Amino acid sequence: MSRLAANLRIIGALGRRSIRQTFRRPQLMAPIIIFPTLLLAVQTGGAGSAVNLPAFPEVNGFLDFMLAGAMIQSALLAGNSGGIALAVDIEMGFTDRLLAAPISRFAIVLGRLAGTAALGAFSAVYYVVLGLIFGARIEEGVIGVLLMIAFVTLAAIAFGGIGAAIALRSGSASVVQGLFPLVFVILFLSSAFFPYELMLEPAATVAEFNPVSFIVEGVRDPVISTLTGEDAWKAFASIAAIGGISLGLSSLALRHRLRVGS
Amino acid sequence: MSAIEVRGIEREFEGGVKAVRGVDLDVAAGEIYAFLGPNGAGKTTTVRMLTTLLRPTGGTARVAGHDVVSEAGAVRESIGVALQEAALDPLMTGRELIRLQATLHRLPRAEGERKAEALLDRVGLQDAADRRVGTYSGGMRRRLDLASALVHEPRVLFLDEPTTGLDPVSRKGIWEEVRKLNADGATVFLTTQYLEEADQLADRVGIIAGGLIVAEGTPRELKAQVGKPHREVERAREVVATLGRPLPAKDGLVLLELEGGAGQVAPVVRALDEAGLAVESLDLVEPTLDDVFVAKTGRHLETEDEAPAEEAA
Repeated sequence: MSRLAANLRIIGALGRRSIRQTFRRPQLMAPIIIFPTLLLAVQTGGAGSAVNLPAFPEVNGFLDFMLAGAMIQSALLAGNSGGIALAVDIEMGFTDRLLAAPISRFAIVLGRLAGTAALGAFSAVYYVVLGLIFGARIEEGVIGVLLMIAFVTLAAIAFGGIGAAIALRSGSASVVQGLFPLVFVILFLSSAFFPYELMLEPAATVAEFNPVSFIVEGVRDPVISTLTGEDAWKAFASIAAIGGISLGLSSLALRHRLRVGS
Repeated sequence: MSAIEVRGIEREFEGGVKAVRGVDLDVAAGEIYAFLGPNGAGKTTTVRMLTTLLRPTGGTARVAGHDVVSEAGAVRESIGVALQEAALDPLMTGRELIRLQATLHRLPRAEGERKAEALLDRVGLQDAADRRVGTYSGGMRRRLDLASALVHEPRVLFLDEPTTGLDPVSRKGIWEEVRKLNADGATVFLTTQYLEEADQLADRVGIIAGGLIVAEGTPRELKAQVGKPHREVERAREVVATLGRPLPAKDGLVLLELEGGAGQVAPVVRALDEAGLAVESLDLVEPTLDDVFVAKTGRHLETEDEAPAEEAA
């Protein structure tokens, strides 16, 4: 077996463990599915008439607009949950078991991110199905759905890198869990739940340039209109930038942990 | 050839705390070496350096012929590690854990599955293999940890306090397994804070205190260095044997069952005094409920700890 194939097999095994861990620990699964679903239900039920506001994007319904927000919220929280799970592994010494095995050190991070990516894809499919059941219409059809799943999956990896970096640096699940409220601040200061054109300053400017907004728009675009290349590449560039930074930070945090040995 | 060769290894942590201050070690292939010391003596830090989990800040170490810093990957391929407190994921099943360990050691899938089944059988966990580790008793966790460390048939096995917190029966089960592994050819390096464990298991013992090895040798050699008290205890045993029924006791103690209870203490003290033996302390011990349990059932109550977890699920 080639070295690459062997490493991919190890990353796959660690990814599967990560998925099982999430499904077996409700407190890791709840943020990915239950919280965004509740928020989606409350917002579409309570603020559906927002679509009638002037300057609100043209959509078939508020649910169509909100789906992308729920998906990115889920991807952000999947990243946070992955970070918590990694920190729990460090706290209970499971990471030492992995470090004592003849595997690439970064495979530990990549295995965790592989699991987070799978959970991101799972949540994207879940929200697409949920949306379709409750009357959403995806303008771009199957191609649009595939693009949405791809963006949410990649976004989960990018956000997962941030969770992993903090977990590796702090080694504390409670520190990573402490980021939970920050996820909502980032989301509410983006176009996830409301068009930034209708926000007050300075929130509108922050949301306009928030990379999360670009990702949300990239996921939303195939739902509410025919695909535009501009939204797609902006989303991809934002994911790549966040992913590059977060994986770089994870690598530094891992090196620091290996150096200090605690 | 040395399986483990350590020269002046040191580890200083941030803040200037030196946990290990220049340890030299030579463990021969096929030997069981026990690192004995209290908490904070530097045992675990030394093991973490030898298993490549922690970089030494001074000195050198070779394990299975490989340098722990420059050839860390080769060291990891040659060693099996069972860490303190059995670092197991409580959400995984026993079978999942051993199969994951086989994958980490790059065993082909079919071979990994075969090894996992054989090891689960070997440590008596086949019936509990599909239960989550969180439902296992302490003894079962240690056995699983040991099995997972063996999946790639390591040449050198590191066991960090393998029996800490276990009941006597589980402890003896682990000892048996360690002896079998050693008989199969594995070099075993174990840390312990139990004198009896080192005495029972090890070919050689290193006593570590304050990050330094303060004594090293076979258990017999080490005991001979402080032999006089042992001889006196033996003499005391002989002197009082006629006054009651001698019972098995820990090193340095003489345990005597007195039919007449407290009324017979004075003759015991007199006999020891006449023999010229100074008594450090003398206690009159009332029977415990465990003694009652042993008398009625023929086994210790603490051996029952494991049963509910074994039978659960």
